Amino acid sequence: MTETLATTGIPRLARGVRLRNDEARGQWVLLAPERVLNPDPVAVEILKKVDGVRSIDTIVDELASAFTVDRARVATDVDAFLAGLVEKGMIEVTNPVIGDAAS
Amino acid sequence: MNIVAQPLTTPLARPAPPAPYGMLAELTHRCPLQCPYCSNPVELDRRNVELDLDTWKRVFSEAAKLGVLQVHLSGGEPTARRDLEDMIRHCVEVGIYTNLITAGVGVTPERLQSISDAGIDHVQLSFQGATAEITDKVSNFRGAHERKLAVAREVRRLGLPLTINSVVHRANIHQIPAFIELALELDAKRIEIAHSQYYGWALRNRGALMPTREQVFWALDVVEEARARLKGKLTIDAVVPDYYAKYPKPCMNGWGRQSLNVTPSGKVLPCHAAETIPNLDFWNVREHSLSDVWLNSPAFNAFRGTDWMPDLCKSCERKELDWGGCRCQAMAIAGDAAATDPACHKSPLHAHMLALAEADAATGEAEYDYRRYMTPDRNN
Repeated sequence: MTETLATTGIPRLARGVRLRNDEARGQWVLLAPERVLNPDPVAVEILKKVDGVRSIDTIVDELASAFTVDRARVATDVDAFLAGLVEKGMIEVTNPVIGDAAS
Repeated sequence: MNIVAQPLTTPLARPAPPAPYGMLAELTHRCPLQCPYCSNPVELDRRNVELDLDTWKRVFSEAAKLGVLQVHLSGGEPTARRDLEDMIRHCVEVGIYTNLITAGVGVTPERLQSISDAGIDHVQLSFQGATAEITDKVSNFRGAHERKLAVAREVRRLGLPLTINSVVHRANIHQIPAFIELALELDAKRIEIAHSQYYGWALRNRGALMPTREQVFWALDVVEEARARLKGKLTIDAVVPDYYAKYPKPCMNGWGRQSLNVTPSGKVLPCHAAETIPNLDFWNVREHSLSDVWLNSPAFNAFRGTDWMPDLCKSCERKELDWGGCRCQAMAIAGDAAATDPACHKSPLHAHMLALAEADAATGEAEYDYRRYMTPDRNN
């Protein structure tokens, strides 16, 4: 399976989308306009790393080593999950411009 | 037969209701617009009885603790409160997601910037029509439409997610395709097509608002087609019309089940129309904590769950889908808040309700009894 998002891209939650620990119900929730979504445990681990700093590559590396699972498998799961949220407008991916660090 | 004796001294334990997800905070009833279907009560609260900032902050803190995840800052026009930004900042602090529900009239770009800086998560903007002519007529405010367009553009310029809310009725139902086009043009990601719900002001104006059956079914088709066509581009949420329906709406997804509403003067209601039901005892945040109201107030427990239901509902396989429909509608049409919602085809009053709608739709009445304060104000 091929990835749909550039793995060097940096994902972040769109304005109006927030991940938080819902202590009253003992779960994590993703809040969006008039929506409350209940991400499953795997999705929560991915979302916790979506901070506007880490690239998709970094997220995959960290998850693969933290859970000692096959990196290619993690890459496919992360891509599918993030691409779904990109389509819903809940996640934006910015691609670092080459030479950006020098400017 | 299995009879278990119960001691008479201790009441049967009622299972604790689940925590509410959402809270509608009606910060004020003041509003520059006069929409004839306004969901505020006919008896509007005046400025001098509004809760102060400290009380609202306490209520938001209690809401967060109770499990409320999203607060809808509404009114009237919530920007009429000059301390709105303080409330938003407080909600952010206690982890609540904030949604501003505004009419967008009298909101300057500077004010929007300040609301954005305070940390608002989402803005919902009303349009009474898809064109200036209809918006200005329905809201009874000349120039309202142009101001709303400017606010919508500013909201998007600030990078805030935008929802367009359009309440539809006989004078604008034909504009549904135009409302959807407007939402796309304004770069909204979501639109609510909400058929007018007939309580309070809208019930007063039902003769001038009620669409025909043909219009309603046409509207449902238009929305369904647009949903499929715009999937991934625009979310279309619809509030269904129920006078012509077979099944009632699951009002509030069940009374006291998922959400609550605090009025400008601090009364806590299971829904915004609940005060149309006489003899319900609503508690006030001035005297009770929000959690106490949610768990123990007589009004919230009156129609919670399925125990209160008449046999017709209790024996129905849809009882936990429809939750008996709407209590305020049962009150308005059947004269009994504990009756089956007459929108349900099983109700003995279903045909009567349909006849009311058909008669109203045929009136051709075009004059509105606009929303306004009923008595002259001596205080402000």
